[in-house]
Amino acid sequence: MPDLQTKPKFRWYIVVFLAPAVLVYTAVMIYPLFNTLRLSLFTEIGQERVFVGLQNFRTLFGDTVWSTQFWNALGNNFWFFIVHMLVQNPIGVALAAILSHPKLRFASFYRSAIFIPTILSFVIVGFAWKLILSPIWGIAPGMLDAVGLKSLYAPWLGKEAYALTALSLVSVWQFVGIPMMLIYAALLSIPDEILEAAEVEGITGFAAFWKIKLPLILPSIGIISILTFVANFNAFDLIYAAQGALAGPDFSTDILGTFMYRTFFGFQLQLGDPHMGSTIASAMFAIILVGVCLYLFGIQSRMRRYQF
Amino acid sequence: MKKTTLIGAMLATTMIAGTASAQDVTLTIESWRNDDLAIWQDKIIPAFEAAHDGIKLKFTPSAPAEYNAVLNSKLDAGSAGDIITCRPFDASQALFEAGHLADISDIEGMANFSPVSKSGWSTDDAATQYCVPMASVIHGFIYNKDAFAEVGVEVPKTEAEFFAVLDKIKEDGNYTPMAMGTNDQWEAATMGYNNIGPNYWKGEEGRLALIAGDQKLTDEAWVAPYRQLAKWAPYLGDGYEAQTYPDSQNIFTLGRAAIYPAGSWEVSGFNGLADFEMGAFYPPVQNAGDTCYISDHTDIGIGMNAATPNAEAAKTFLNWVGSSEFATIFANALPGFFPLSSAPVTLEDPLAQEFISWRGECESSIRSTYQILSRGTPNLENDTWNASVAVIKGEESPEDAGKRLQEGLASWYEPQK
Repeated sequence: MPDLQTKPKFRWYIVVFLAPAVLVYTAVMIYPLFNTLRLSLFTEIGQERVFVGLQNFRTLFGDTVWSTQFWNALGNNFWFFIVHMLVQNPIGVALAAILSHPKLRFASFYRSAIFIPTILSFVIVGFAWKLILSPIWGIAPGMLDAVGLKSLYAPWLGKEAYALTALSLVSVWQFVGIPMMLIYAALLSIPDEILEAAEVEGITGFAAFWKIKLPLILPSIGIISILTFVANFNAFDLIYAAQGALAGPDFSTDILGTFMYRTFFGFQLQLGDPHMGSTIASAMFAIILVGVCLYLFGIQSRMRRYQF
Repeated sequence: MKKTTLIGAMLATTMIAGTASAQDVTLTIESWRNDDLAIWQDKIIPAFEAAHDGIKLKFTPSAPAEYNAVLNSKLDAGSAGDIITCRPFDASQALFEAGHLADISDIEGMANFSPVSKSGWSTDDAATQYCVPMASVIHGFIYNKDAFAEVGVEVPKTEAEFFAVLDKIKEDGNYTPMAMGTNDQWEAATMGYNNIGPNYWKGEEGRLALIAGDQKLTDEAWVAPYRQLAKWAPYLGDGYEAQTYPDSQNIFTLGRAAIYPAGSWEVSGFNGLADFEMGAFYPPVQNAGDTCYISDHTDIGIGMNAATPNAEAAKTFLNWVGSSEFATIFANALPGFFPLSSAPVTLEDPLAQEFISWRGECESSIRSTYQILSRGTPNLENDTWNASVAVIKGEESPEDAGKRLQEGLASWYEPQK
């Protein structure tokens, strides 16, 4: 053993093992990211690509045609995120708490059933929910009618006031399995000794959840929040699958992803503008970066960790 | 020894095959119409090759949604085919300006086309032509003849009659008067606004005046179609706000709706689905006796790759596309896509024949937003979708819609400032 320490060898196998991941990641993630940032500083005049500095960002935030769309998309995106935080994550935690109850029967069946939508394609989810909620073929009006609540039915996806919330809830339905699984794992890792000690002190049932388990899974909830934030601000697929690139009705479901797509690739008669598209993509990147940094430095670093 | 003979024989056959194909010029055709592959292979290509010795055609379509991107990268890489199917207006004009499409103004077949049909593929001043117009789609209303007979209504000629028919069908209650939704947005603009609009802005007259800056979107002629659209909502089915385009198609072909605001491209699809008799009528005019205007929209053109080594053969082919022989084959193979040439054509499909017969009765125009006006930001076409939906739903008044569109257009389009 001391032999090895005196003669440190360069450990080539580390490089070899890292290389595939590093190369692939650089080619498909890092290079496109920086190229997008670079592209946002250019514009096309005639057939030439010209460097214009921050002019594109000035257009995006200064020109009302662009800025109203941008703020609308950003506002919708925040609402999309808030619905996930208020509905998806609490339900995920509650489901995990119920599933981890030792006396629950068929727990693994429920767990799989709730998790399955997560692995479905967005296109399937978007299409299936569009059919379910459809005023013509859907089962939603019929089901509401069966319990005498037909008056509550509205063509939600076609109404400006409800469309975004309806789609957010569809997305919640699809992804509630993720927080559930993460919290479930965290709950299982809480040692029984702690819970037993609490029981001895007279803390059981709901009190045990609020006072013992919840503080112990807070770091996991933090991670889930930041994952939700990143996923929501990068979202695009569901809206595109359900409402198309114009994110109707009247842009009420337009989020940054669809706005970027429409601008970058063009739509119908609108020709694609890779430079303004990259500008929006850069703005999205900045928003997510700021959000993640705020979380990492503001919350994560202050969170108390418990040693078991 | 044996081996060398074999290789020699193989080389010899390759040489022979090589010389044989060198005499023939093969033209590769780029297209997004992968639906039409069978029609090209079974009908169009054999007809052309039979009449033109030494030119072979190869039809290589890609998926419609990917076509523009695929074509652009092929052209940049120099691997695109000799013949290029052209989208109308700006997408193709950009290719021409980038030097990818050849100027073909001088081919003989071009004489068979009217200026309106050529407008989709000529420079803004109409001096240079870079694609041969191939097909157009006509807008109007398709109706369920059985439903009309059952309710006891006649085909409406004027706007007043149109609404009287709708009222009667609604009263009868067996059919949804009109199958259209606003969920996908484009139907409201394409089958709504641009379908009924030409009657108000007098087709080409108004469209060209708008491009020249002599008329504004706030003028009565451009606001009035919105006023009519605003009256449509009660006749669309329950929950039309969330009804999609395929929903509307299904509702109509299942016989649940009486009228379908349509484009002629529906004809072949509907023929296969509907088990009732269908008819078509053009957008009703304001007063009896008014000239009718229809949207006869240029949709498909065909041009020549500027970098093709087989320019002569390509021109021969394009010339043939302008002939009435091509027009007849194409129109009958694809009822609903109408040839644009002025050469006379007979159609066997009665519904398609009904659509094309309007060309004799009415004045043709194209969709108002397609030429030049949708080049800037905000995009007038997308805004028109949005405004048409908002007006139908009653969320925006026709006047406000016109004002908003005019402001958007004036913000970047010089003649409207």
